[in-house]
Amino acid sequence: MRFMVIVKATPESEKEGALPDAQMLAEMGKFNEELIKAGVVLAMDGLQPSSKGARVKFSGKSRTVVDGPFAETKELIAGFWIWQVKSLEEAIEWVKRCPNPHGGDSEIEIRQVFEMEDFAPILSQEEIQHKVAKRAELPNQAIKK
Amino acid sequence: MSATDPHHATHRTIEAVWRIESSRVIAGLTRLTGDVGLAEDLAQEALVAALEQWPQSGVPDNPAAWLTATAKRRAIDLFRRNAVAERKYEELGRELEALEQTVPDLNSALDNTISDDLLRLVFISCHPVLSTESRAALTLRLLGGLTTDEIARAFLTPEPTIAQRIVRAKRTLADKHIPFEVPRGTELAARLSSVLEVIYLIFNEGYSATAGDDLMRPTLCEDALRLGRILAELTPNEPEIHGLLALMEIQASRTRARISPTGEPILLLEQNRAHWDFLLIHRGFTAIDRAHKISKPRGSYLLQAEIAACHARARTPEETDWPRIVSLYTDLAHLTPSPIVELNRAVAVSMVSGPQAALDLVEALATDPSLDHYHLLPSVRADLLYKLGRYPEARHYFQQAAALTRNTRERALLLSRAAACQTR
Repeated sequence: MRFMVIVKATPESEKEGALPDAQMLAEMGKFNEELIKAGVVLAMDGLQPSSKGARVKFSGKSRTVVDGPFAETKELIAGFWIWQVKSLEEAIEWVKRCPNPHGGDSEIEIRQVFEMEDFAPILSQEEIQHKVAKRAELPNQAIKK
Repeated sequence: MSATDPHHATHRTIEAVWRIESSRVIAGLTRLTGDVGLAEDLAQEALVAALEQWPQSGVPDNPAAWLTATAKRRAIDLFRRNAVAERKYEELGRELEALEQTVPDLNSALDNTISDDLLRLVFISCHPVLSTESRAALTLRLLGGLTTDEIARAFLTPEPTIAQRIVRAKRTLADKHIPFEVPRGTELAARLSSVLEVIYLIFNEGYSATAGDDLMRPTLCEDALRLGRILAELTPNEPEIHGLLALMEIQASRTRARISPTGEPILLLEQNRAHWDFLLIHRGFTAIDRAHKISKPRGSYLLQAEIAACHARARTPEETDWPRIVSLYTDLAHLTPSPIVELNRAVAVSMVSGPQAALDLVEALATDPSLDHYHLLPSVRADLLYKLGRYPEARHYFQQAAALTRNTRERALLLSRAAACQTR
């Protein structure tokens, strides 16, 4: 299963031209190396302060563009990873090993990504039965051509 | 026991720690004891100790160090009881002291040693002295951190069979005194191909899983990908590892597109490309680039990955670079001659040079007895004949293909195509 692991912003990370300090970058680099070596990380990126971003607000058919920065700093995102692990607990264990991203008070949020199986409840019992029966006769070779 | 029960939560945490750490703990212990079977037993004992103690004491700050230290203490007890291996005993004592003095963080100076040990563990688990299925089971157990039960469910095999397979494999490694080392020189290539074969076998077990199967089966794809990703970091200078990884990433990218909502398989050219996983495709391309940066000849996994990449790069089937696919299949056929590769090459040729050129190749293949029962041969042949307007012959081969396939839906499709020939 996949998780998006989100590093929340802080007032410091939201400052104009804010760059993480060298020590933290080195520690984070080391942590990322561990993740890559363990085959866990699929993607990762850090985000610029929200002053360089924008929002598009929807209301019925109207669209309004709001330029950054945005006020609710704690709800903003400073960076993210996509991880592939076996369980939420495994993601938690990895996050616990992460260096403190902002030095002082920081928060990292872990969210599970939807997979195809998660849509199963939307299908009727009959559709699932049909699916099971059909997949059972799936040839292995022909489809990999 | 509810999910919020603290003991239950601790158990889930221990499972997660085990998944992250077990391979490294076992690898380190194997180097110290020289016996992979013993190492795994010791690691298991440490796991049991954690299950007993952590619910009361809490999860330690550095759970990996705790597990290793506990396992090493057990090893010392064992050696002391047996009063053998005096030297080993001292060595372990010193290692243990050093371990207990290390600061629990990731900046461990032991990093390189751990990587080396892990790689040795990969090679010993995939040693050619073991049968392919034993290699797969042992690899999932020692490197994937899977339980015997999980492996059994994934391979649709009774648990005692898998348990016995693992026990026997470990005994074979001990009896034959298989050294815990990374092969060098000329031996490396052969041993590496054994490792890649095992990882690809695990992947294909998962890829061929069906919806009726236990969910353990499809997750084998993820296990294989994880093993491939780990191996690519452990031996970054081997192009075939990146080739295999790229092949698996790109194949896995089609998981959501290759089966219809009602469960029918969907052929590559008919898949809805919007359902492909572009993150995995991108990872596949990156792995191919890494392989190309190494100045060594291209192997069969890399060639297959490049063929898969040609499809992945095309936004529509019409955009497919068929001339490049033909040339890659030609290289692949030179490297690993096989009638199946030839048949695939013929299909690509038909896209570039038309049905007659492809039919010439397919007719040459029809004399190969190894394809006598392979329904795709008459199926491809019939399709080419149909395109050439030779309907009676096309009908004959559609019927032959229908008789050979074991898939009822495919049979119906082939028979309807045969019937269509009659009305022309």
